[in-house]
Amino acid sequence: MNRPAALWLAVGWGGFALLPWYGVEDGFWSFAWLFDYPAGADAAPALLQILLFGRWWLAPMVLALAAPLVVLWRQRSDPLFSTVLLAAGSFGTVCFLVQGFAIGLGGWEYATLEAFFGPLADRQFGMGYGALLVSASFLFLFAQGIAARGAINGDGFVIGSIALVMALVAAFIFFPVVRILASAFQDNDYNFVPYLFVEKLFSRDIWGVGCLTANVNCGVAWNSLLMAIVVGVSTTVLGLAFALLATRTGFRAKRLLRLLSVLPIITPPFVIGLAIILLFGASGTVTQAIEAITGTTPGRYIYGLPGIWLAQTLAFTPIAFLVLIGVVEGVSPSMEEASQTLRASNWRTFTTVSLPLMRPGLANAFLVGFIESLADFGNPLVLGGNFDVLSTSIFFAIVGAQNDQGRAAVLAIILLAFTLTAFWAQHRWLGHKSYATVTGKGDAGLHVALPRRVTWLVYGSALPWAGLTAVIYFMIMFGGFVELWGRDHSLTLRHYIDAFSITTGAGGLVWSGAAWNSFWTTIYISLISAPLTAAVGLLTAYLLIRQKFAGQEAFEFGTMLSFAIPGTVIGVGYILAFNVPPIELTGTGIILVICFIFRNMPVGVRAGIAAMTQIDKSLDEASLTLGASSFATVRKVVLPLLRPAVIAALVFSFVRAMTAISAVIFLVSANYDMATSYIIGRVENGDYGLSIAYSSVLIVVMVVVILLIQLVVGQRRIGRRDEAVNVAFGAGGAVG
Amino acid sequence: MSIKGKAAAVRFDGVSKHYGPVVAVDRISFEVQAGDLVTLLGPSGCGKTTTLRLIAGLEMPTAGSVFIGGDDVSRLPASARDVSMVFQSYALFPHMTVFENVSYGLSVSGVAKAETRDRAEEGLKLVGLSGYGERLPSELSGGQQQRVAVARALVLEPTVLLFDEPLSNLDAKLRRRVREEIRGLQQSLGLTTVYVTHDQEEALAVSDRIIVMRNAEIAQEGVPNELYEAPRDLFVADFIGDANVIDAELVQRDGDYATVRVGGRVDLRLPHRDLPAGPVKIAVRPEAIGLEASEEGAGLTGTVTQSTYVGNHVEYTLDTGLGEIFVADYQYDALIPAGSRVQIAFRDRGVTLLESQT
Repeated sequence: MNRPAALWLAVGWGGFALLPWYGVEDGFWSFAWLFDYPAGADAAPALLQILLFGRWWLAPMVLALAAPLVVLWRQRSDPLFSTVLLAAGSFGTVCFLVQGFAIGLGGWEYATLEAFFGPLADRQFGMGYGALLVSASFLFLFAQGIAARGAINGDGFVIGSIALVMALVAAFIFFPVVRILASAFQDNDYNFVPYLFVEKLFSRDIWGVGCLTANVNCGVAWNSLLMAIVVGVSTTVLGLAFALLATRTGFRAKRLLRLLSVLPIITPPFVIGLAIILLFGASGTVTQAIEAITGTTPGRYIYGLPGIWLAQTLAFTPIAFLVLIGVVEGVSPSMEEASQTLRASNWRTFTTVSLPLMRPGLANAFLVGFIESLADFGNPLVLGGNFDVLSTSIFFAIVGAQNDQGRAAVLAIILLAFTLTAFWAQHRWLGHKSYATVTGKGDAGLHVALPRRVTWLVYGSALPWAGLTAVIYFMIMFGGFVELWGRDHSLTLRHYIDAFSITTGAGGLVWSGAAWNSFWTTIYISLISAPLTAAVGLLTAYLLIRQKFAGQEAFEFGTMLSFAIPGTVIGVGYILAFNVPPIELTGTGIILVICFIFRNMPVGVRAGIAAMTQIDKSLDEASLTLGASSFATVRKVVLPLLRPAVIAALVFSFVRAMTAISAVIFLVSANYDMATSYIIGRVENGDYGLSIAYSSVLIVVMVVVILLIQLVVGQRRIGRRDEAVNVAFGAGGAVG
Repeated sequence: MSIKGKAAAVRFDGVSKHYGPVVAVDRISFEVQAGDLVTLLGPSGCGKTTTLRLIAGLEMPTAGSVFIGGDDVSRLPASARDVSMVFQSYALFPHMTVFENVSYGLSVSGVAKAETRDRAEEGLKLVGLSGYGERLPSELSGGQQQRVAVARALVLEPTVLLFDEPLSNLDAKLRRRVREEIRGLQQSLGLTTVYVTHDQEEALAVSDRIIVMRNAEIAQEGVPNELYEAPRDLFVADFIGDANVIDAELVQRDGDYATVRVGGRVDLRLPHRDLPAGPVKIAVRPEAIGLEASEEGAGLTGTVTQSTYVGNHVEYTLDTGLGEIFVADYQYDALIPAGSRVQIAFRDRGVTLLESQT
């Protein structure tokens, strides 16, 4: 008997005949449905749904589950074996998808189908455990069929993994994006109205240029582009200054620079915006100082472009720094020495050799900053004022009084077009180099000293900026201890008590603080999603680095794509895609976990790729020739050697789940509120004290958890592979 | 408990391997007898390592079939084949001890703990590393690591043992010893072994048979002295040892031999190798040429353009009417200085007709 095929077939039958087919009320983990099992209409498995409730459209799948039984005892090399598995897997998947998409909450989804088959007496809900297992079974039976054909060395595990990752990416990245595209052509009642799309696409408030001639706002698309370019330039320049400071000068506090570069990773981006309000807002420290000195009231000068620019530049400069430090170190010293022996001065060497060699890296840093700025949601929301950008406009189109899904979709498409163009340019420009580990060793030789002019420029720009960053973090850490910033500077613990008080009540401890609910949800969701993200990411990296298969480039592009899709776009996509059957997830915690997995997966992929390229491939092959399956090889050889990458992936996915806001704010619900969206809500109410107190607690918790993960996963290291962590940090390029 | 060989024959039947447009192995067929050590020899990029990986199951043939012990294993993955491999880089798992490395194959195949232990100990004893089990690979020397890799492959009692350039990471002195150890082990256990190298001396020293590969194809196959004494073409002649290729003329055949005239003056008797009368090429080993310093004579003459003393022999470059000729003289009395005129004589061994004229 063919064991893998038998296993997956058993899973399929279990899902079809035993477990409830439809999603049960009260969530995935609740088992209240057992009372209604198996004959209740909601909890019945598919087999009973067909027999008892006349849901005949589930019946064709029986065929796909029955056919493989016939060939289960045949040889794997028997052509019939693979043919039947391939046919059953694909036929089953098609039946599964067709019934899922054709029949929804209101019966037939498409009028033509209704006309043909006649109206349905019944309807169906989102899919549940049974459907999940059955679809997985079809997928892996198909993969076993391909494996039996001898593709990819006939390795069922590898083919199954590829199929799994592709199916997941299709369901949770491509499907939502396609839903956005589709809904851009629909009005709010799901009618197909193409002219509405054109109208919305070219609307004045997106593309208007009135601000050039009259005193009105320009279109949001222009606002976003302008902002992204300015932020891209300023983060690149400052990042270069920091990188030069750290590598080419005698600056003594280099360790501090490293610290500075880690901080933004554990800071939700909008917290910077919050601190900026405390400094430059209407009652901010700096504003009051100006008032005291000049006697005039500057007012709300910080809101709009200046504020967003300041906040984003502060938030994203460290990312540019991390990208550029590798670039600066990557310039081979012997090139510079060659230039000098040819009698070029320091200045000429710098401008004609070093700088041009860094050009691709600078372009990369710019594009990273550009994408980050476009995708940033928190800062424009907090600091935008009347200056609308795409990401916030999308949000208000969905949640605001307008509730115009079509407009949100159109805005999302424009934003997506911008980021994808930048992502494509980055990919093309740097090709696969963007993955390459920058060892920074180069060849022997010493870097030429910086010309004095450049040194002064570097110090002059980097140090004040570092000072400003320090002030900002001071505000974040201590702003929460002040009664009312700008008005009443008496010290207080009130905000912390409001947020995190614990009282003793009748049932023992009562988490009475306002923040506890969202705090625990955040921790719980982040802790669940971190290992899953790391697993999917590292598996994908393994497939990309260790395996060769047709369509690998497309596979790679697809998996990295979610990096380039702004969170707000994913948020809208998820709402549009997962609010109705076949996959009904909105309002659950699962949608948050899924969102984090697929938004943060590229982090795991990059960490895995960086680490795996350093591990000799013949180790895997040795394990295979010694009789280990590729699954055993991954478990016993690859994973233990990947430990640093595992840590990096875990830490990153945890931290990014904790700090994410843009997609999350669309997906939170009363039961599952996240810390970041809770804080944003408080900021909008002007409750800065509690917001900043909560933010500082989040940062401290993240530091503690990172240290814990390091401790638990341990560090039996062989050689110098701890660089993987740094590489993962440096790879940056994430979209907030 | 002892480790036995379970030798099986390997057969390739019209096997090709393509990577997109690149052809790594082109329709090759050969057979390795059970218990033989066969070397795949050739320059880098000739397809020898791909051939080895096709036996291991690390690559699947694009066309043709691979048989091990009479079974078609073309579609079996590496983990399902009864084949072990010693890698060029040894590929010892750095996070496991020597003992864990050696017992890895046994434990993943579900062999009982006690037996795994015994066989791993036995394997380490076989390669002379008893007592090293608790060390990490990084704590061993290159030669010791190599032996661990061999032990790890041997304890599975594979039907075929594969070596991918096993000596290339060892220093020159150690190479001779390790290669003798490998050969000794292979012969005492009666293992079917396929061995990849680009070093012709190594190949001649360890092999029962040698398969010389060129451009994804088999250039020639045979026992070592056959390949050295009677290379089929210029490529093989040049790759295994040095060779001077000289134009000549096959005058007439009688029996197995032919009369071959060189430079219009000297007649040699060589096996005719089914060549017809007419212009031919002969390969002459550098040590198969004797020189005598003298102005004139009946035989071939030439001028020494370069003479180099290299310890155990002297190397000369000659300018002759037949082109440039390279000579290695192991029986020299006195160095012949550059510029001298010399008489050239061919010895009986080390001269052969080339079957292929290209």
